[in-house]
Amino acid sequence: MAVAAPAVRPGARVRPGLVLALLVLAALAVAVAAPGLITRADPLAADPLRALAPPGAGHPLGTDHLGRDVLARVAYGARHSLGIGVLATALAVGAGSLLGLAAGLAARLAGEALARLFDVLSTFPELLLALLVIAITGPGTWNVVAAIGIAQIPTYARVVRAQTLVVRRSGYVEQAVTFGHSRLRVIVRHVLPNVVGPVPVLATIGLGQAVIATSGLSFLGMGPQPPAPEWGTMLAESRDYLRVAWWMAFSPGVALTLSVVCLTVAGRHLQRRFEGRTP
Amino acid sequence: MTAPGRRPAVRAPAWPAVVARRLVSAVAVLWAAATTAYIALLLAPGDTVDILVGDGADTPEIRAQIIAEWGLDRPEIVRYLSYLGRLLHGDLGRSYRLQRDVGEILAGQVGPTVRLTLAAAAVGVVLALVLAVATAGRSVWPRRIVSAAELMAVSVPQFVIGILLLFVFSFSLSWFPVSGAQDPQALVLPALALGLPIAGVLGQVLREGLERALEQPFAVTARARGLGERAVVARHALRHALLPAVTLTGWFTGALLGGAVITEALFGRPGLGRVTMEAVTGKDMPVVMAVVIVSAAVYVTISALLDLAYRVIDPRLRSA
Repeated sequence: MAVAAPAVRPGARVRPGLVLALLVLAALAVAVAAPGLITRADPLAADPLRALAPPGAGHPLGTDHLGRDVLARVAYGARHSLGIGVLATALAVGAGSLLGLAAGLAARLAGEALARLFDVLSTFPELLLALLVIAITGPGTWNVVAAIGIAQIPTYARVVRAQTLVVRRSGYVEQAVTFGHSRLRVIVRHVLPNVVGPVPVLATIGLGQAVIATSGLSFLGMGPQPPAPEWGTMLAESRDYLRVAWWMAFSPGVALTLSVVCLTVAGRHLQRRFEGRTP
Repeated sequence: MTAPGRRPAVRAPAWPAVVARRLVSAVAVLWAAATTAYIALLLAPGDTVDILVGDGADTPEIRAQIIAEWGLDRPEIVRYLSYLGRLLHGDLGRSYRLQRDVGEILAGQVGPTVRLTLAAAAVGVVLALVLAVATAGRSVWPRRIVSAAELMAVSVPQFVIGILLLFVFSFSLSWFPVSGAQDPQALVLPALALGLPIAGVLGQVLREGLERALEQPFAVTARARGLGERAVVARHALRHALLPAVTLTGWFTGALLGGAVITEALFGRPGLGRVTMEAVTGKDMPVVMAVVIVSAAVYVTISALLDLAYRVIDPRLRSA
């Protein structure tokens, strides 16, 4: 526990890795919000005469098998790959926190039953759970949001439940109850704010995992349907042209990897900062 | 945590109690998996009879025959219970699309997937152990390099690693075949693609565990006895470091099973992953359900085995 002590003090030292990660994340946020700022090219405009052109003038990152600009597809793809990840994480955090709070506050037997359910669901491989949802709903952008969101609910629910169990026995909750505040007021004003502490940290790391899951499902053909640009779909398409056009795989692969690495670095930094803080 | 007074009882329960508790939780997990799968079936859109009729002749007689044959006219609860009953007899149902026993379909494809996941698990565990033992407690630079490599292994989606491996070793160097599963050479790249991310996570946990263990009094004592650092790690510290790694079972199994789906798609290998994908795209719910139940069974088995291993590694957990 005490091993990592020198690095914990916030603001003690500028960490170049963290700064770099935040800069990359900012650039990615621009790509999600306004991909038109990054490139003028149209991600969907096919030009068969210029198919599989290597990086060069006109197409800085080359073109794909249909002659579409890879830079434009990577830039516009951020909206799909990262957007789905963000929405899925938001769904998982929201639903997971509510369920975890409910399980932590419910009567003993019901709470215990919910907790067992979270345990069992979290034993399923996330990808299989997501595929089970896709088998019901079929492929598509919103279905992937639902699939990944649902698959990650147990992670957040378990943490929030554990926190709730601690907080509900704390002195300040007991005091609020003795003051005669309504149950709702005690939950919203006193329990909830103290329960969600670890959630942002988890969500930052979880977002990275959600982005991996999104691109994985898209790679399998379950995500946004063609011709929509998505990094996992682009990588799946690139596989057949790997021998002649490495640039088709290079840019989406780098974009995907950079996003997840930076999210992980940021998440770990938060983790170190908040580690050991008790509710 | 438990009350101090109850602690010894919790710490060293007798073997029969341990086995009984394990069995109960295993049955609970399997039941929940079966029920989740059944709920998924109920939620799946489309009329089962329509799916079963498919492109074949559609007459009222054929419909009636299908309804009778599949028991679709019985009440929901009866169908649920008879589904559970059939599962108990090892009957996983029949595929909508292929009109064959799901058990048969899965059994025919299990070989390549088992080979892939075992090879990947070996890659992950061996690499993690070597890296952790080689770098724990070392000077700053080797550790920094290895932990950066681990960060990459954790963050890079395995199909990106797979495409990189394909590009370098198959397309550029032509050392390994691009796809297929016939010769053992074809297993190398898929096993690496699946095993490297696992090595990253496992290596991190092992190294942190080793570093904690090397500061413990027993490690100091061992060093004081004149034991070399390697021997201290191998004989005393490693055991300790393995404990937190064992708790990663769920993640480990999930990474292997889920990863196998993607790896098989990337390398064009036959196996359970491909069966799963075909079932998901074809809305062949009985196959999808069976995959869920089988992976729950695999999880339960692996975690039971590791729980026993836990007791062997950690003498404190053995019954007195």
